[in-house]
Parts: sequence; C-alpha cells; structure tokens
Amino acid sequence: MAKITYIEHSGAEHVIDVKNGLSVMEGAVKNNIPGIDADCGGACACATCHVYVDEAWRSKTGTPSAMEESMLDFAENVADNSRLSCQIKVSDELDGLIVRMPESQH
Amino acid sequence: MNDGQAGVVIAGAGHAGGTAAALLRQFGYKAPITLVGDEPIAPYQRPPLSKAWLKGEADADSLMLKPPSFYAEAGIGLELGVSVVSIDREGRSVELSDGRRLPWESLIIATGARARSLPVPGADLAGVMTLRSAADAETLKAALGPGRRLAVIGGGYIGLEAAASARALGAEAVVIEREPRILARVACQVLSDFFTDYHRARGVVFEVDAVVEALAGEHGQVTGVRLGDGRVIACDAVLIGVGAPPNDELALAAGLECAGGIVVDERARTSDPRIFAIGDVSHRPLPLYERMFRLESVANALEQARQAAAAITGRPAPAREVTWNWSDQYDLKYQFAGLPFDADTVLVRGDPAKPKFAVFHLKGDLIQAVEAVNAPAEFMGGRQLIAQRRPISRARLADMSISMKEVAA
Repeated sequence: MAKITYIEHSGAEHVIDVKNGLSVMEGAVKNNIPGIDADCGGACACATCHVYVDEAWRSKTGTPSAMEESMLDFAENVADNSRLSCQIKVSDELDGLIVRMPESQH
Repeated sequence: MNDGQAGVVIAGAGHAGGTAAALLRQFGYKAPITLVGDEPIAPYQRPPLSKAWLKGEADADSLMLKPPSFYAEAGIGLELGVSVVSIDREGRSVELSDGRRLPWESLIIATGARARSLPVPGADLAGVMTLRSAADAETLKAALGPGRRLAVIGGGYIGLEAAASARALGAEAVVIEREPRILARVACQVLSDFFTDYHRARGVVFEVDAVVEALAGEHGQVTGVRLGDGRVIACDAVLIGVGAPPNDELALAAGLECAGGIVVDERARTSDPRIFAIGDVSHRPLPLYERMFRLESVANALEQARQAAAAITGRPAPAREVTWNWSDQYDLKYQFAGLPFDADTVLVRGDPAKPKFAVFHLKGDLIQAVEAVNAPAEFMGGRQLIAQRRPISRARLADMSISMKEVAA
C-alpha cells in the first residue's frame, strides 16, 4: 500500500491509498480522479495518463522504457519528469509519492 | 438541469455508459444518474478479454472500470441484470425488462453492439461461441489449453487476438476467413501479410477464401468446421468473430434516426436533442473525413462519453480527436489511428522483418491513417499529423534516418 498524492493542474489535491501491484494510473482512475484519462486502460498505447513525477521521487519511480519514451515524445507539454502513470507500479517503496497532472491529456 | 430530479438514465453499462456516468459526476452533475445494464456485473473493460485476461495475465478485478464501492459513493444507481425495453420520448421515461419505469431529463443510449451469429447448420452446438462479454470470455478460456483445438471463424482483430492467446495457452488454432486475406475489412495488404506470417511462425493455421458450410458435431458438441470444398477442420471449440451489428432497435422503435447505428451529431446528440447515443451503437460524424461512420473502439466510446457528459452539464465541447485503436498479439504492439478514406498511396516506413514499421495511408501530402507495429513514435506522430491536416514530404516520411519527431516537427 502506498499513499499517493495526485495534484490536478488546477491545484486540487487528492490523497489516495493505492494497493501494491496496481499502477499509479489505476489508483487515479478507480477513484474517479479527474486529469488522468488512460483511454487504453494501461496498455501503454495512448499516452493519456501523462503525469509529472515530483523531483524527490524520480529515482524511486525508475526510468521509462523505450516504448514509453517514444509515446511521451509526442505528448503535450512534456518535461524531464514526465511519465506515463500506467507504467509506474505501486509498491511500499512509493509510499508518499506525489504526481502532478498536465493541463490536458488530449 | 431543469428541475434536476429526473436526472440522467444511461441504457447500457459498458465502457461507454460506465464512463459517461463517472464523467457526469466529475463534471459536477448533481441530479440522479442511473446506469442500466443487462450483464450481472458493473462496467468493465472489454479489450483485455481477448488479450491479457484470456492469457491469465490480468484478473477480473483489474478489468473493472471502477471499484464496486464507487457507484454508491458517487450516487450512481446501478441497475444490473435488467435492460431498457422501450423509450417513451413524450413522457420522458424508459421501461425496464422487469416492468419498472425510470424517468429521465436526459437519456444516453450506450447499448453497444452484439456479436454476429453465423447462419449455418450446427451453429447451436455446444462449444460454438462468440466473444463479447466477460461471461463469453470465461467460456472461451475454459475451452483453451494444451492439446485443445480452437477453430476461429473470421480473421479480424478478435479472432487473431484469440488465436494468439490460444497459442500462448498451448492450444492449436486455425483461423478461417471468407476473404482472400485476413483483416481485409480493417487493415491494408501489408499488415495482412505481416500478421499472417507472424501467426504462422507461431503455429496458427490459416484457411482463407474459405466458405463455412456447416459446423459438424457429435452428441451435441461441436467437432469440426465443414468448408465449401468439403474438408472438415477438426476442433474442440469454435469462436465466431465475424463482426458486431449495433444494438439500435430501441432507438429505431422510438423513432430516432438510425443508419446502421443511431445517427448522432458532434456532441453525441441523436435526432432528439435530449437523447444521446455513444459508443459502438452510434453512427457519428467524422469531421476530419467529412463523412458519417460507425466506429467500434474504446477510444470512440470514451470520446463520445466526454461529448455527452459535457453537453449535459453545459460544458464546452471537448477537443476533436483522431480515432485510434490498438491490438496486442504475442509480443507485438499494434496501434492505428485515422481511417484510410480516399487515400491514394500506401507508404511503408521501417522494416516489417524487424518487426518495427508503420504503414501510412496518404491522400496527396496528407496523412489519412497510420498503422504502426512496434512503432509508437510513428503512431503518435502520425496521429498528430492527421489531426493537424498538415502536409508532409513523402520522401522524408519514408526516410528512416529522419526521426518521426523531425518529420512531425
């Protein structure tokens, strides 16, 4: 279990307990948090679950795969800490994780 | 929303209906929302049923759109195991299969499509199935395993994904296709050839140009598929994947305009402005291609759920999207965007032997559609260029030494 803080582009914060094994994306979608669309349901096929990982958490969330990087390359407003949240698996290690959302996923 | 009491009724609790309900709440809709679905379970994702779920890589929980507790918490009424049987437009209510009546201020029809059956003798034998629902997928999964033989009728996405999953589970798979090539309705020749070779190399047998005359059986159980040339393909189970007509009968009976699906506008409104239709059941405008079409994809279901939820809550129309979809077969990531309407040229970028390539369908200098295998940059870049209607240089697009990022820049 990890407590994850999702911050919408508007600044609205949602703190959610997410089960280990789920993805950061699933934690948001299953709790109906706006700002993460995840149209493909986690197949790394759509890049609509883009988030910015808080700087302090970048090493713990790992690095994107080549596939993910290619998808991110074409997402809007990409930064160094951009990730696709469907590709970040939740574990105890990520307890306290903070992710921020872009203005739009489309 | 007027008196705010009757609220929204959503007929159909699939991916489109479930998403529309959740979005209405996200968008601040306060009046009652009732989701009516004929399956006994809350809205779930169908795509994994022929992919990860079938191979045992995803469990039932992970398929659910929202956890079961979500609906009560969000104040969304879930009426499961019942269906809407008629729409009273004048009185603004629907009648349910259990005789109850629900009033509505806005109605969303999200009844989807159903698997087409095969009108041949033997189609009612045990072991003959289609794949649409979680229950269908359970039946199919139980029929697969080492030494079992699956005959797939129809070489479309569902059939090919099921064949790939069958192989992964150790079963034999034969794909029987009426057309001269698989994916004839949905993909170009290059892709058909590629997928044929890829599946063959993994043990799938193809029968193309093949007419199914009958399904043979013993003691009520299917044992083979009899083809037009007299051969019988022996099998223990048959999966029929020959398309999915829309469930638009409700709308037709209510006098809404239909044309192979319920006709809607860019905000998912039917010919009655208080009634919306979203997902596989709708026949919708494709502004990029200046025509109407019925799309069958999750991306379409979600786009139209956003359109309807935005219209009902008085939000501006969401941004136009380029239609897209994906298919997972073995280790391949196949993504496609746009539709190849009016295309005059097929351009291949990359190498199918790798396998990492994309097929672009061009109309002059405009990209109409892209089909990408293990080529996410080409998919994403292609999708962007389709949306922007920006002319590209064919020479640069074909040149792998120029990155897709540069081509799209």
